Amino acid sequence: MKILVTAKRVPDPEQKVKVQGDAIDLSGMNFVVNPFDEYAVEAALRLKESSGAVDEIVVLTIGSKDVTQQLRSCLAMGADRGILVEGDDDSLDSEQTARIIKAVYERESPDLLLMGKQAVDGDNNQVAQLVAGKLDLPQACFAGQLELEGDASAITVGREIDGGMEFKKVPLPSVVTVDLRIVMPTAVKTAGSKDNQEYAEGPRYASLKGIMQAKKKKIDEISVGDLGVELEQWVKTTSVETPPSRSAGIKVESVDELVDKLQNEAKVL
Amino acid sequence: MSMYGEYDFLMIESLLGDEERMVRDSVRTFVRDRVMPIIQKHYRAGTFPTELIPEIAGLGLLGPTIQGYGGAGVSHLAYGLIMQELERGDSGVRSFASVQSGLVIHPIHTFGSDAQKERWLPGLISGELIGCFGLTEPDFGSNPSGMRTTARKDGDGYVLNGTKRWITNGNLSHLAVVFAKVEGEGTPEKPHIGAFVVERGTDGFSTLEIEGKLSLRASVTSELHFEDCRIPADNRLPEARGLKAALSCLNNARFGIAFGALGAAKACFFEALEYAKERVQFDRPIAGYQLVQRKLVNMYSDIVQGELLAFRMAELKANGQLNPAAISLGKRNNVKVALECARTARDILGANGVVDDYCPMRHMNNLESVYTYEGTHDIHTLIIGQRLTGLAAFSG
Ligand SMILES: Cc1cc2nc3c(=O)[nH]c(=O)nc-3n(C[C@H](O)[C@H](O)[C@H](O)COP(=O)(O)OP(=O)(O)OC[C@H]3O[C@@H](n4cnc5c(N)ncnc54)[C@H](O)[C@@H]3O)c2cc1C
Repeated sequence: MKILVTAKRVPDPEQKVKVQGDAIDLSGMNFVVNPFDEYAVEAALRLKESSGAVDEIVVLTIGSKDVTQQLRSCLAMGADRGILVEGDDDSLDSEQTARIIKAVYERESPDLLLMGKQAVDGDNNQVAQLVAGKLDLPQACFAGQLELEGDASAITVGREIDGGMEFKKVPLPSVVTVDLRIVMPTAVKTAGSKDNQEYAEGPRYASLKGIMQAKKKKIDEISVGDLGVELEQWVKTTSVETPPSRSAGIKVESVDELVDKLQNEAKVL
Repeated sequence: MSMYGEYDFLMIESLLGDEERMVRDSVRTFVRDRVMPIIQKHYRAGTFPTELIPEIAGLGLLGPTIQGYGGAGVSHLAYGLIMQELERGDSGVRSFASVQSGLVIHPIHTFGSDAQKERWLPGLISGELIGCFGLTEPDFGSNPSGMRTTARKDGDGYVLNGTKRWITNGNLSHLAVVFAKVEGEGTPEKPHIGAFVVERGTDGFSTLEIEGKLSLRASVTSELHFEDCRIPADNRLPEARGLKAALSCLNNARFGIAFGALGAAKACFFEALEYAKERVQFDRPIAGYQLVQRKLVNMYSDIVQGELLAFRMAELKANGQLNPAAISLGKRNNVKVALECARTARDILGANGVVDDYCPMRHMNNLESVYTYEGTHDIHTLIIGQRLTGLAAFSG
């Protein structure tokens, strides 16, 4: 079984965002792998380690040569091979990204396309759904739990919903996106998992050995042209604004006044 | 927060290779997620966070430059960055790793026989064995050549007698690398100094933890006692001849400290910077006052210079050109820089600076030990002074 994981590079969410004119100023920014994509890599590694059914984990990223750095860090975590589609990742919209992923999917024919539920830069949460639609594949988004069938014919996806969990069993191949909870200690199970198997919470740290090995792992570089993908811009950015700063709160004298304001001013009651 | 991105005026980040960057980022995340949440508790309790050992070893941070025996074989620069990130967390955690890598794994790897390497290195690198390094004695600190601990050849073994004091990891350790004067070797006035591996459980070997440290509280410091302690002749490191061997270990560890101390300095600097931007007095953030800006700029400027010094040391070390005076320069300068940054950050934080919810005072206290161990600040002054003047000023 082969798992294709997508990984986007995003500005380190711990930094302050600077807006310059009508765009976000990316100069001098530190970049990291989109956290949800890192969780997807972690989930793929757990599937591989416990099932014995996964032969290869391939990580796909789209971007300039610089993005190799983030791709290598996924390989250092333990993924087997990388694919870099050269393009300008900042200017791609969801539709264009989905087209590229579809084309790579068709070249690689993986059994599972595992993605982060969204990238924390644009927070669009669209690409996986678009890819599944284009490929006419089953999709299960926001996985908080995964359980792979023994024969790798299907995967059960646990999704957090209001008041509980919902479980969907999807046949493979399919498209699955992961949510934060997928990196909890017992979130990923396979037929080979031991009863008491627990992972440390969170995506694993790349070990020094993993980092040294990653230098020798293969990264295939493909151009958008090679993939035969047309990339006209679908989404146009018309302006970028910082959110208005919050005005100071007020103090109410009594519960009655509070209820009155909630009813008549805020209109939430 | 880091010295790169918007604060990296000199683009020091570009001096790193991909490997080094990944190593640094991995250790940084580990320290953020695993060390920071528990360090205050351990510092207060005066305990070393032993629960971190499996993960520290799993990441490959013990003996990281060693090729083989389970080591990852990373560059010296990567080693320095590991020390820096660990010490950004706490000097005690960095000390643990420094001792294990620089003072235990290194001497066994450099001065041990193949059989000794096979026997101890895999366990030390995987974290199943913890080691300590016994050079200092109650009466001999800066001047270890005066040591009183002796090793007497006796049949197919050696018998050790003496006391070592201020030994990091002592009570945690499964084995100790111990330096002793070998009776009957060299001259009676100047006997040879040899290095021996003493395993826990050996009759006549005991350890006693030193209580009441106000510095490096999240690190174990002990006294080692040897009373007619008999060890097999096989436990002597054959290639360790004289104090040179001890110095080779110290040089390794001092190199790591030149990087490590800056980790503590950066932690203090960034805490002070953030604090000064937020803290309003007399109607504006204190960062807007010239006096505070000067403090911040001095810290920043010293850290960046120290960093360039450390990077140059790594370059020289990679080329096999790192000489003792250069190491002294780095240890002396960067620990002093860190100590001053910690004090200044403590000052900028006002009263908040004296509580352990903020890092500067913990780092400040820790750095007092770092200032003293691995050659005191002044001993390094004398080493550099001797190189500059050709005159040794160590003794009468
Ligand atoms: C927390 C901690 C952990 C340690 N861990 C270890 C360890 O793992 N293994 C180990 O072997 N040791 C360890 N040490 C010991 C450390 O290396 C010694 O403390 C250090 O070498 C200084 O020795 P001393 O304390 O005896 O001070 P001294 O040598 O007595 O020095 C006292 C003062 O005199 C000054 N001085 C000494 N000689 C001269 C001179 N010729 N000219 C001018 N000034 C001089 C010094 O600079 C210092 O200011 C540790 C120490 C500490 C505090």
